[in-house]
Amino acid sequence: MSESDLVVQPSGERDPLSTGEVRQETMIVNMGPQHPSTHGVLRLLLELDGETVVRCEPIIGYLHTGIEKNTEYRTWQQGVAFVTRADYLSPFFNETAYCLAAEKLLGVQAPPRAQVLRVLFMEMNRIASHLVWLATAGMELGAVSVMLYGFRERETILDIFEAATGLRMNHAYVRIGGVVMDLPPGGLDAIGDFLAMMPGRIREYENLLSRNPIWVERNAAVGVLGAEDALRLGVTGPVLRSAGVARDVRRDEPYCGYETYGFDVVVREAADCYARFEIRLEEMRQSLAIVEQCVERLREPGPVMIDDPKIAWPSRLEVGPDGIGNAPSYIDHIMEESMEALIHHFKMVTEGVSVPAGEVYVPVESPRGELGFYVVSDGGNKPYRVKIRDPSFVNLQAVPAMVQGGLVADAVAVISSVDPVMGGVDR
Amino acid sequence: MTPTELAERVRARFPDVVVAREEATLSLDRGALLGALEALRDDPELRLGFLSSVTATDRPGRDPRFLVAYELYSMEHRHRLRVKVGVSEGDAVVPSVTGLFPTADWLERETYDFYGIAFEGHPDLRRILLPDGWEGWPLRKTEELGGVNTRYRGGAFIPPVDRRTT
Repeated sequence: MSESDLVVQPSGERDPLSTGEVRQETMIVNMGPQHPSTHGVLRLLLELDGETVVRCEPIIGYLHTGIEKNTEYRTWQQGVAFVTRADYLSPFFNETAYCLAAEKLLGVQAPPRAQVLRVLFMEMNRIASHLVWLATAGMELGAVSVMLYGFRERETILDIFEAATGLRMNHAYVRIGGVVMDLPPGGLDAIGDFLAMMPGRIREYENLLSRNPIWVERNAAVGVLGAEDALRLGVTGPVLRSAGVARDVRRDEPYCGYETYGFDVVVREAADCYARFEIRLEEMRQSLAIVEQCVERLREPGPVMIDDPKIAWPSRLEVGPDGIGNAPSYIDHIMEESMEALIHHFKMVTEGVSVPAGEVYVPVESPRGELGFYVVSDGGNKPYRVKIRDPSFVNLQAVPAMVQGGLVADAVAVISSVDPVMGGVDR
Repeated sequence: MTPTELAERVRARFPDVVVAREEATLSLDRGALLGALEALRDDPELRLGFLSSVTATDRPGRDPRFLVAYELYSMEHRHRLRVKVGVSEGDAVVPSVTGLFPTADWLERETYDFYGIAFEGHPDLRRILLPDGWEGWPLRKTEELGGVNTRYRGGAFIPPVDRRTT
């Protein structure tokens, strides 16, 4: 040990606890894949210099389930049940994007009421997804009460989903040519109650957090990613809008009639985690406004499935005690009354729809950004290729840019502000 | 710009543009890829500066066997263009576009992971979703679904769906 290695205290005396060595090497820390604040099975390889992150490498793939490969082996209609499981917090978006792609290849459109129902469920889903984000982000940064509130309100939404689709998640409710079935009796009232309750709750979250000094300290000026870098890295959704870029697929490339709804694209300029918090809260309010407009449009009845027996799912479905299934009256019809109906049912269920050859790319605005489906058909009854461009996957690429140079504690805030869902990242 | 107008504009420099289902698709040789993407990005009327997606399609028995597809979007003009590059089986290499679009990093790694198409000039071309020691390219049509011998204790070999009897 040379003289220069000694740690010299300002007073000129040696610190009695110091060994006198100054350690220069960095430390590698594995954060995840089993870590409460990595949103599932995300693993971050962090190289630390003290408390500072020198290098960050996200390692993914722990939840890879081969959804894209599987769709190539199933009929077009079965594909819905696979893609809904990709980003499990936004199933309606996966289903709708997939069905819009198939419908674009077929050259058909779902009836207007089905489009309204899709928008209704997508916006309810956006609120539910943002609530999970709020709950987990709160938990990770020490605001545990928000965690309980977020999951409490999400439960109300999931109850409505369950009443309408038979399932809390992975609904397979949106189908090629429309949706499975109309709202159950009393469905609009339940949504009306939810609409009356929710604005007060959002105000509650805001009061809890927005002037909370710990919350502000943990989020403001943390994880800054400017507009130019975000665009180069392909970032979309709230993270991009927090950098002042007013990009929203619903407005820029409308689908399902979004151009006929009134809503604002929420933008902030600060480009930090706090701006993303503000954006998501405000987006919940915008989604409520859209849901309200949907409810008005649903007062008039109408068909929810395309009137084309070559495309529409043949059976009448309804929610039974064990989820969605064939209505008993329909089973009577095909088993007792009509041989032709039975043959048609058999053909549609086993062989399915044949989709003209071609390729399409359909983007929708999921809670996390641009969710794109690139779908190729060779003219057969199965998709030839389904590529899911998941916003979580692409946005996660930007995490190193936001984390490196910051404190290791800020990495937690950054990940939660990106809100990756590993089901979508790994697919 | 509508897809047709967009196709007209692109056709002035790159002839092989088609419009189908209101989507414009430009086919290129891989040697022309980088120059074309740069030109499309910097053309003030096109400004296709946002890369949404990179992926591939496998067509065994045809030449070129693979088609790599790039989805480009313009934030300013709100139009889309797909660029496709054919890649033959024996020489499955495409120049990496990470220099022009850093977002292509993971997207190209995913395409490599699933199809075994190498992206020349990629800074870190490794598998991304599958384990590093994985053998084969699972999204190629020549690979069957299932049939992977799992390493779980007592786990049995599950035959591919095509060979299942029950």
